[in-house]
Amino acid sequence: MQTTKRKAKWLNYSWSDKLFLIVVYTVIILITLVCLYPLYYTVIASVSDAGDVYTGKVNFLPSQFTVEAYTLVFQNKSIWRGYANTIFYTVVGTCFNLFLTIPTAYALSKKRMLGRNFLMTMFLITMYFGGGMIPTYILFKNLHLVNTPWIMIISGGLSVYNVIVTRTYFQNNIPETLFEAARIDGASEFRIFFQLVLPLSAPILAVITLYYAVGHWSSYFTAMIYITKSELHPLQMVLRRILILNETAYQDAMQSGNAEMIEDALRRSQMAVTMKYALVFIASFPMLVLYPFIQKYFVKGIMVGSLKG
Amino acid sequence: MSQTRALKTNHCKKGYILKRLKESWQWYILLLPGLIYLLIFDYGPMYGLQIAFKNYRASRGIWGSEWVGLKYFLRFFNYPDFWKMIRNTLSITLLSLATFPCPIIFALFLNEIKYAKFKKTVQMITYMPHFLSEVVVCSLVILFLDRTTGPINNLIAFLGGERVGFMGIAEAFPAIYVLSGLWQGIGWSSILYISALSSISMEEVEAARIDGASRLQVMWYVNIPSIMPTIAITLIMKMGNLMSVGYTKILLLQNDLNLDTSSVISTYTYEIGLIGGQYSYSSAIGLFNNIINILVLLIANTVTKKLTDTSLF
Repeated sequence: MQTTKRKAKWLNYSWSDKLFLIVVYTVIILITLVCLYPLYYTVIASVSDAGDVYTGKVNFLPSQFTVEAYTLVFQNKSIWRGYANTIFYTVVGTCFNLFLTIPTAYALSKKRMLGRNFLMTMFLITMYFGGGMIPTYILFKNLHLVNTPWIMIISGGLSVYNVIVTRTYFQNNIPETLFEAARIDGASEFRIFFQLVLPLSAPILAVITLYYAVGHWSSYFTAMIYITKSELHPLQMVLRRILILNETAYQDAMQSGNAEMIEDALRRSQMAVTMKYALVFIASFPMLVLYPFIQKYFVKGIMVGSLKG
Repeated sequence: MSQTRALKTNHCKKGYILKRLKESWQWYILLLPGLIYLLIFDYGPMYGLQIAFKNYRASRGIWGSEWVGLKYFLRFFNYPDFWKMIRNTLSITLLSLATFPCPIIFALFLNEIKYAKFKKTVQMITYMPHFLSEVVVCSLVILFLDRTTGPINNLIAFLGGERVGFMGIAEAFPAIYVLSGLWQGIGWSSILYISALSSISMEEVEAARIDGASRLQVMWYVNIPSIMPTIAITLIMKMGNLMSVGYTKILLLQNDLNLDTSSVISTYTYEIGLIGGQYSYSSAIGLFNNIINILVLLIANTVTKKLTDTSLF
């Protein structure tokens, strides 16, 4: 039924519209495939036989399904520790971010607040001008935060961009009459914020939480600069050592007596490749699983127009 | 007469301000955590930036170190690789500026697709790379371009070509950096335009259709003009980053063979400052970079204001 409708609609189009639509669909499908394939390949390569991946036999489907790469990767203790550290930094760090961002954005959304323009300018300036890497480093060093887990939570605590996005949401989505009604009922400004504004702001809270969480999950540079103790390193630093600097991921596997599996050098270099793909998957899937739940909020109310002071 | 009136309004104003503060002091409490953070961690380093003009010694502190004027700026301008780094920085940022229309075209095309399910799927897939970390994206780049095992080289070999060690070719570095960024960002950056497009009234589009406009014409004469402000503002912001390259990503993709094109100003501040320990010199380079960025931003803002009547400020 629906297909015949679609067919009729298609026949009604002029030839130029048909051509246009063909181009549109082709481009969109191509871009989608290009975006998807590396992710898909990562998954199939990570569960395929190492030799087949190495020789380029794996292209569209996994070959000789095996979870060997994952078994080996999980024997590496630094990966587990990195994972635990990252979860801690992400959860605590995101809470700290929200504590700083949401109330600030709410206050700045109040047009009647005295000195609002001045305060807003103070926040906006930092989007374009900052002290830079070294002065920031000196500050953190003087505060004795270097080589502590707290640096991972405090650094980057407040993103002014997120403040502005949230502020714009508050301004445009909560009608002024609601506030007035609450005030007439005698609610204090705190109560209005906690009991009226926050429950009405689920979409923006979800989006901002996701932004910050992804930021924490993905960051490696803060750890690279400020943390030398490897037991405090987040997952991304462990990944960097193995994936980028090519440090072997085996050490622990070798010690734990699985050495016979990876005895000869060729097999080992083949395994190194599939283990890298397995590692990429392990490090990425939590965020990829999380985001579709929040996706429906993305387009809503996130406009660059919001960036206008 | 006028004096008494002035006095009166002044008096009223005082009472008015007090009244307003009385009803809104709780807003300031809500603002406080963010403001304190901003003052310490954003304005603090700005105070520390004075070491760019000083000979910083940790023992003497920021304030106690002696002034040396523009010494470190001049040292940077006279550094033999100064122009090479400017060239490398610009060749990467200009190339990425050239990819600026890609997410716009993607959004415009996606806007033509009416099947909601298909559209949702496309959006979900193309946003995915944005959620990968820099380390993961760079590892994928290295893995995919690998000479012996990378799928791209497998494809080249399959098509009868010669395998190429892309990561070892200095000339390929800007393209690798920019294209991997495009891969990661094309879907995500299109969100802005998609949301701008969704606010176009259907009536306007239908009116144009009834007047006999083709889909392409609607896109050209209705859709593009109505997202022009969004495009202009995004472009201005991009221009304001003309001299900054994401050094955290460059450092991951850098190797001895591509140093010739991958050493940019921001990676130099990192090497000099954090690895070399020359705090003042590194701060001076960072400040120079920041000032150029602001100047370009202001110029871009003025030009766009004149041309399209939209501006960032």
